[in-house]
Amino acid sequence: MTGGEPQQSERVPALVEQFKGGLAAPICLTWEWTYACNLACAHCLSSSGRRDPDELTTGEMMSVIDELRAMQVFYVNVGGGEPTVRPDFWELLEYAVASQVGVKFSTNGLRLDAGRARRLAGTDYVDVQISLDGASRDVNDAVRGRGSYDMALRAMENLAEAGMADFKISVVMTRHNVCQLDDFARIADRFGAQLRITRLRPSGRGADVWHELHPTAEQQREIYSWLIDHGDRVLTGDSFFHLNALGATTIPGLNLCGAGRVVCLIDPVGDVYACPFAIHDTFKAGSLRSPGGFAEVWRSAPLFAQLRTETSGGACRSCSAFSSCQGGCMAAKFFTGLPLDGPDPECVKGHGVSGLTAAAGGGLPRAEKDHSHHRPAVDVGMPSIGVPAKPCDSSPLAVTT
Amino acid sequence: MTAPFEPARGYRLNPAVALRPEPFGALVYHFGTRRLSFLKAPDLVDLVRGLGNHRCVSDALATVPDGRREVYLRALAALAASDMIVPQPSTSEVPCG
Repeated sequence: MTGGEPQQSERVPALVEQFKGGLAAPICLTWEWTYACNLACAHCLSSSGRRDPDELTTGEMMSVIDELRAMQVFYVNVGGGEPTVRPDFWELLEYAVASQVGVKFSTNGLRLDAGRARRLAGTDYVDVQISLDGASRDVNDAVRGRGSYDMALRAMENLAEAGMADFKISVVMTRHNVCQLDDFARIADRFGAQLRITRLRPSGRGADVWHELHPTAEQQREIYSWLIDHGDRVLTGDSFFHLNALGATTIPGLNLCGAGRVVCLIDPVGDVYACPFAIHDTFKAGSLRSPGGFAEVWRSAPLFAQLRTETSGGACRSCSAFSSCQGGCMAAKFFTGLPLDGPDPECVKGHGVSGLTAAAGGGLPRAEKDHSHHRPAVDVGMPSIGVPAKPCDSSPLAVTT
Repeated sequence: MTAPFEPARGYRLNPAVALRPEPFGALVYHFGTRRLSFLKAPDLVDLVRGLGNHRCVSDALATVPDGRREVYLRALAALAASDMIVPQPSTSEVPCG
């Protein structure tokens, strides 16, 4: 969550305790506008590629915006797929902004030419987030596809030139780019942008590459230390709270799984999920096409009621680190076959690893919506093939030049 | 820069700020700075909502129980520092409190 600044008071329970019971409306709502995408990133959370014929129409999208306005959802994180390939993207963007529903949209940069960049810079209440998963062309393109680095950098140049201040550069941390953290920060500085780093999840196509791409235990410590040193200037979407057990200092953020409490996902066909990393029936709360719309799902879905009760903590309850890591990420556990009330697969105490070995024997749950291109739209070499110029795995402490 | 918080002055909710009722109190959102804050007690929400009806902050705090006044004063100072509440355009030359 961005910009949270809880008031301090000793008379009432900590804010994080209050959040566990859920909010009147989400604070952090991710809304994916289409499954269509020009890219075919290896780790795509939503297995995007082809448009779903049943995606919400322009009229339906506007009705949802009206509803969000009524619920006082002040901003939404728009993603996809590549949201800008929707022909009505700019129309919807303007409609949302005029309705006082601010938009931060994630893009690979496809449509951000100089003209668009100037228009965006002139629009209040819009924030842009460019995805980049390598600070160098080879590391990025190995995951996101050939040409995607140049496309992202071109978009950043256009935004910076148009005077768009503080746009975001969003990086999914992988085994190959942890050693580039300082390089990413330099790129952000160069464009007057803000860096955002998030955790690689085994969701969507991410399940296929998670085992080879997720940061090593040593790299997790590197991410943690780096965030402790730079966390005040870097956004994380609260995705690294499972690393808090690594030290006495807590990474800035809510330190809470917000699924169904402060966070949820609306997918392109109007299905509502507990979080953007859990597109699976187990975490589907309902559809906003049902009577009562989104508000009814948010307020009354049995799944959300369940997520808003105290979790047992299960096997983690007896661990000394439970209060720092809260058992980690629900989606990461689910898609690696671990019990939801047990340790995270990346548990810093190593409690998740043994479970992974056991779980690998059975069939793992798969994302239930796959819109992947039948053939990759762009060349996607696996990271092991496109050897990074600065391979993190050779020495995670390598000094970058 | 925000001017220092002066409890002897009148304050009101910034017109660019919205309060969203929540089970614990309210969520505060500033459309200008895009900052989010939280009021963690329902009577603090009432205090902030009604702030503009009082000549000064001290007046508004008069009905708050003694034990909470100091905490709420600090909360208001924090809200002023983040531009969530702003000084009233001065209507009276006589400060109160």
